[in-house]
Amino acid sequence: MNTTVLILLPLAGALSIWLFPWRNSATASSFALLVALVELAYWVGTVLNFDFSRGGLHFETDVEWFSDLGASYKVGLYDYSLWLVGLTALVTVAAVAYGYWAGRERPGVYLSLFLFLEGATIGVFTAQDLLLFYVFWEAMLIPLYVLIGVWGGAGRLGATIKFVVYTMAGSLLMLVAVIALGLRNGTFDMEQLGTSANGWIFLGFAAAFAVKAPVWPFHGWLPDAYREAPPEVSAVLSGVISKAAAYGFIRIALPSFPDPLADWRVPVLVLASIGLVYGSLLAFRAPDVRGVIAYSSFAQMNLIVIGIFAANDSGLNGALLQMVNHGLISAALFLVAGAVERRAATGQLALLGGMARGRPLLATVLITTGVIALAVPGSSAFAAEFLVLNGIFDRGWGWAVVGAVAIVLAAMYMLRLISAVLHEDVGSAVPERALDLRPAEIAIIVPLVAVLLALSFWPAGITDRIFLAFGP
Amino acid sequence: MSGFQTPSLDWAALTPELVLLAGASFVLVVALFLSPQYRRPFAAVVAGFCFVGAGIAAGILFSMDESGTGIVADALRRDRLAELAQVLIAGSGFLAVLVSYEEPEGEDRIGEWYALLLSAAAGMAFFVAADNLITLFLGLEWFSISLYILCAISIERLPALEAGLKYLIVGSFSSAILLFGSAFVYGATGEIGFEEIARAAGEAERLFFVAGLAMILVGLAFKASAAPFHMWTPDVYQGAPTPVTAFMSGATKVAALVLTMRVLVVAFPGEEGLWTIALAVIVCLSLAWGNLAALVQTDVKRLLAYSSISHAGFLLMPVAIGTELGGRALLYYLMSYAAMSVGAFAVVAARERELGRPVGFPELGGLGWERPFLGVAMAVFMFGFIGLPPAGLFLGKFYVFSAAVDRGWTWLAIVGVVATVVSIYYYLGVVRAMYMQPGEMRLAPAGGSPPRDVALHTGVGLALLVTVGSFLVADPLIDIARDAVDLLAFPH
Repeated sequence: MNTTVLILLPLAGALSIWLFPWRNSATASSFALLVALVELAYWVGTVLNFDFSRGGLHFETDVEWFSDLGASYKVGLYDYSLWLVGLTALVTVAAVAYGYWAGRERPGVYLSLFLFLEGATIGVFTAQDLLLFYVFWEAMLIPLYVLIGVWGGAGRLGATIKFVVYTMAGSLLMLVAVIALGLRNGTFDMEQLGTSANGWIFLGFAAAFAVKAPVWPFHGWLPDAYREAPPEVSAVLSGVISKAAAYGFIRIALPSFPDPLADWRVPVLVLASIGLVYGSLLAFRAPDVRGVIAYSSFAQMNLIVIGIFAANDSGLNGALLQMVNHGLISAALFLVAGAVERRAATGQLALLGGMARGRPLLATVLITTGVIALAVPGSSAFAAEFLVLNGIFDRGWGWAVVGAVAIVLAAMYMLRLISAVLHEDVGSAVPERALDLRPAEIAIIVPLVAVLLALSFWPAGITDRIFLAFGP
Repeated sequence: MSGFQTPSLDWAALTPELVLLAGASFVLVVALFLSPQYRRPFAAVVAGFCFVGAGIAAGILFSMDESGTGIVADALRRDRLAELAQVLIAGSGFLAVLVSYEEPEGEDRIGEWYALLLSAAAGMAFFVAADNLITLFLGLEWFSISLYILCAISIERLPALEAGLKYLIVGSFSSAILLFGSAFVYGATGEIGFEEIARAAGEAERLFFVAGLAMILVGLAFKASAAPFHMWTPDVYQGAPTPVTAFMSGATKVAALVLTMRVLVVAFPGEEGLWTIALAVIVCLSLAWGNLAALVQTDVKRLLAYSSISHAGFLLMPVAIGTELGGRALLYYLMSYAAMSVGAFAVVAARERELGRPVGFPELGGLGWERPFLGVAMAVFMFGFIGLPPAGLFLGKFYVFSAAVDRGWTWLAIVGVVATVVSIYYYLGVVRAMYMQPGEMRLAPAGGSPPRDVALHTGVGLALLVTVGSFLVADPLIDIARDAVDLLAFPH
């Protein structure tokens, strides 16, 4: 098993779709789906061959890129990055399949961009060199920009420019931080970085991650991007890309900046707590399906950041489990939202309602996902949030209270979403003949929910297999 | 009384210049005797071969010259810095030949067109090797005069004429300032050779010496189109025939920047405290002015002209820093920048020929879907100008910022970052215009789709190859850049 294959397979798939004359045909779409499936299978093979008894880096490749400043192509998998790579592979399969089924314009180019994005994201999760990490980080932006800008809704142009400027402003500050950190250490190898006490460098990294996550108040780009993008793009964006930011905190901020992290813990926790509560309230007030999911995603990311900044075993385990959970939940929810919008031609909650009647599959899928999302006891999200709250409790009980309040708020906005879509009177935009979920939609969304249910029964499947690499 | 002694000539070292110059004369004369339909293929093929030959000759010299030597009585320098710059200039020239092959403009003056292109490149090759103030001025005038004429080669077209005239007047003015400055420096030190100036600087009349340095810097900043000496750039870039603009934007930048670094490091190391600050100010102004003015442009050539001003800022940043790392950063940056810049103008040229009118944002509508190759290439160039992978300019910016941080000038890197954030808007504006405009704004090509322009596509393909290649195989290129600046004694 080789980490480079995980990165290059989707990139090569994307490139071959551009180069071969089968562009824009069903063959190209099938090929894209095939590549995504092979990637997932390859990841499963990697898990089976992964030696969980040993900490440290697995399946490592290290090739010199340019000797001058000590940058190299160094990739490898940690036990915790393994799960995020799996999340990426799974959500990409769902997104590609959904995009194929939904029939977008120029499907070949469209789906190949998902593969490109997948390659770049897996690159972020596996890069062990700061500069390489940065390259993949920026590379994620290009397919996202095009995916939203070309295939998005009416307000897509404004949404993309906001998205790109926000993200680039953060990530360019990270570039300066990467340079400063790398030059001081004489290497960009993340394994050999050691620790730094420089608060400015830490803030450079934190800026990039805080915008991408997003942590309050850096979320200005989020509602537009999530609303204007096609549902499968929103699924990837909130399910996977936001996790890259949380991963950045775990992989770079935590091991390399112990002192600045401690200094900045309280300010970051304050911002994240505000984001958690504020995001939950916005989700409760949002007038449309995607708005609810977008703001809930925003709130959940802030909860994950709280778990990370607890910087103890419990908090980190919870954060990572929640990253996987939330990735699956929000991907599934955005695809369901897509299904609803397809039927009602609108996502406005005021015009929806009563869709459960005669549509048992839609109702089951939405309720199952929603119930897991609101962290009902027994669900994997409950396990994760419990760990996060337990972890943050050590840093002060006040933070845990905020987190607990947010869980109540989560129940409020999720139940509101469920009842506004499924129950109440039949909405004016819901046609009588609107079908239940089609077999293809079931085949795409149910696996995501199935994995969530599996994790609910066995969260230790992940939590026993992470963070052997370093104890905070 | 001894007779007049001619200096011994190192003919081998002059090969790049001589090949280009010989090509220019040959094209100019022979094209006169050919019937019109053969003129263009003949002139273009000769010019192409001359550029390739000059590039190869400079490359061979580069591999031979481990140490620098003065040639022609120390008027010129034979070293790797000059030779690398000559390779880049010849490369830009070759791309310009490909881009201009089907250019309708200047049809009836085709011999002159290619002769002037070769002559301008020869002048630049001479200029980058200059080792004293006289050759510096000679080289500068040589390539500038060729470019003045090239800009206005189709005098029937008013904008072209305006561009040529404006370039001529402003350019002559800047040359005069540079010459005046050279005279001051000579007056203060009694020397014209760069090394001799540095040695004599200690006893020099301070006022004239510093004034001379400042005026030389101004003259060079004009050629590099750095703010506040950039006024001519947008008009000239917009008005000149697009292949000429492509060549200017790539090759002139290389020549001006390389020579600026050489003059400052070799002739004025003692005044480093002054010129680093002066350049840092110019960098900030160029970044600010270029990027802000680009935001409101609607003509793509004009937009790229302002982008070129802002890149003059990025390119002068490592010169201002004045370290060896900075020198490396500059040369590596130039390698990908020259290719990208020529490539971007080439795509504009293709669209211009297709629609038969100047290209603004509306004219780009649908280009990405109708011409997938040109669209993807342009998108890569635009993302690259921002500094996104997979373009060599990403690593170029990384190197420039590294040099700044390394010198302890993190603030300058942050100025660069802010400028980059601003630039996102207009570079993405081009991508947006190509791919994301609503259907009704897409234009049908005038008179149906023209036949595929193979030469131009090859040129864009080569530019794309260099752009992406310099990102993927950075190490050898950085070694080359390191070898090129090895002999310069940087002040830090």
